[in-house]
Amino acid sequence: MRSGIAILTIVAFASVPLWLRDPYLMNALITTGIFIIGAMSLNLLLGFTGQLSLGHIAFFGIGAYVSALTSLGFDVGLPFGFRIVHVPWPPIVGFVLAIVVAGLCGYLVGLLSFRVRGAYFVIVTISFAEVVRLVALNWVELTQGPLALTNIPSITIGLPGLGDLTLRTKLQNYYLVLAVAVVTYVLISRLVHSHFGRAMRGLMENETLAVSVGIDVTRTLTLAAVISAGIAGAAGSLYAHYIRIIDPEVFAFINTVTMVIMVITGGKGSLAGPVVGGMIFGLLPVFLRPIMAPEAQWIAYGGVLIVILFVLPRGIVPSLALRFRKPKSRAETLAPVAFSERDAKEHA
Amino acid sequence: MSEFLQHLINMLVLGGTYALLGIGLTLIFGIMNVVNFTHGVLYTFGAYIMFIVVHQLGVNFFLALPLAVLAGWLLGAAIELTLLRPLRGSDIDTTMLVMIGAWIAMQSGALWIWGGVAKSVTTPFPEAPLVLGPVSVSWLRLFVLAAAAMLIVVTYLLINRTKLGCAMRATFQDQDTASLMGVNVDLIYTSTFAIGSSLAAAAGALLGPVYVIFPQMGDLAAVKAFAIVILGGLGNITGAVIGGFILALAEELGAGYVSSGYRDAMGFLIIIAVLIFKPTGLFARSERVG
Repeated sequence: MRSGIAILTIVAFASVPLWLRDPYLMNALITTGIFIIGAMSLNLLLGFTGQLSLGHIAFFGIGAYVSALTSLGFDVGLPFGFRIVHVPWPPIVGFVLAIVVAGLCGYLVGLLSFRVRGAYFVIVTISFAEVVRLVALNWVELTQGPLALTNIPSITIGLPGLGDLTLRTKLQNYYLVLAVAVVTYVLISRLVHSHFGRAMRGLMENETLAVSVGIDVTRTLTLAAVISAGIAGAAGSLYAHYIRIIDPEVFAFINTVTMVIMVITGGKGSLAGPVVGGMIFGLLPVFLRPIMAPEAQWIAYGGVLIVILFVLPRGIVPSLALRFRKPKSRAETLAPVAFSERDAKEHA
Repeated sequence: MSEFLQHLINMLVLGGTYALLGIGLTLIFGIMNVVNFTHGVLYTFGAYIMFIVVHQLGVNFFLALPLAVLAGWLLGAAIELTLLRPLRGSDIDTTMLVMIGAWIAMQSGALWIWGGVAKSVTTPFPEAPLVLGPVSVSWLRLFVLAAAAMLIVVTYLLINRTKLGCAMRATFQDQDTASLMGVNVDLIYTSTFAIGSSLAAAAGALLGPVYVIFPQMGDLAAVKAFAIVILGGLGNITGAVIGGFILALAEELGAGYVSSGYRDAMGFLIIIAVLIFKPTGLFARSERVG
């Protein structure tokens, strides 16, 4: 049943370019897809470990910059007269490096900040993103600062027997983003249903109890941060090679807020939540654009976030699932993550 | 040496308003356990009230200041009553996200109403700075320092010498016991949020005329306030004052001797450094949240 819905959804998404010819809508779908990947990675931390990372855009941006710089090459001077000269590498290497470097940054942030929790973790992650933004703005020799990195090459994939395929068109990029999104979804799904995922949820539900049964808190949280940051880095890389221009504004806090709104609306701690929330908030601007000024739209988003938290604090997907759930299936399937024991009891 | 003295003077002026911002946030954080993301918006709000009252209503500059503080107080009370009171008892993440929503909505509202073009407030102070030997400081900045110092003292007396302040401190230490002793916790929460908000508005009203006024000006102010609170220790007013001056000093020295591009990075670096080396803050007395 569940896999049926999943396959149907993938087929539906894959068929979109067949009937949708509007380039503006295609563009909106591609950027939405990229942000959904980011939102899924945020959900891994927020929904499954309970840690709200408000600097998530930092990993996205780092991925974008690493990937762009790898494929563009750079020549920077370091203190003591050293120079680093890097000749351009293929964008696909940049994609891999983006994941690795973003993951490493996630490791560092996790290592530093999981000594503190709650509000402090939130503030550390905001600070991290802001420091990274200021570095991107001021290290002009490497990043071009506000002048932006331009002419970032599109991703080239080597197909066996067919030569190289450069993904330039919207159609090709759409399928690339869809493929990465599906892989991400499957990865996160496997992860949260694994032993590691149960450790994460255990921590979120009751940290003291989790520790007492031998879950290593710091290790679990740091690993979650690494994976989450790596996925965000991959999304950033896709973004850089699709938009082909990157400036420090990519680190704007509002982008993190967009991902947070996607996750909260769709349902944190639900696998499909970020997808649903992401589709709503990714495509809403397209429909609101003719009738509302951008500022008015942002007022509405802020309002929607508040209303959702008041009316549907669990988010859309878990609320719907709770409503349509048959009592029988609750017992036989492994409780999907959002419905912890506590939730189940509340509704029993 | 004279350059260093000049940095110290600038530090005093900045530090005063930073301390105001920090006190407001530390009160709300400490007593209500709310990470107040609207703090920066209140700062912006205070600055815009200043602009409106002085330029559009034609009221005297010195009269505009208390009006801005009052407006901040009212807006703060309204936020507490409509958004935070219904959420009493929910977890810190939910209130944090609601406050983020309020921040986004209100900041975009400011952008919608007043536009993105920066505005400046004319002041009754002479252009020529006061020159004291090797250093100089504008009269406006001196006034800002004096007004901030006065507000800090007033807040200190309010918290430490009045019945309301006593009830606030009691609520901070133990909400349930305070409630048993007849403290109206709801009233304390609304008062705390309103007072904290009015202090943020005061900081904006004071610094707005020094710089320019634009809708996003509160974002950095908010994070600086977080840095000050973390530096000074949660709920610690004296810590917030000292933290405000330390942050101002770090910014001045960073801008003067490292690179002016990284002036605003100082606050963030302080946050990260404090959390690594002394996570309870420099002057911690109380328990930490979370």
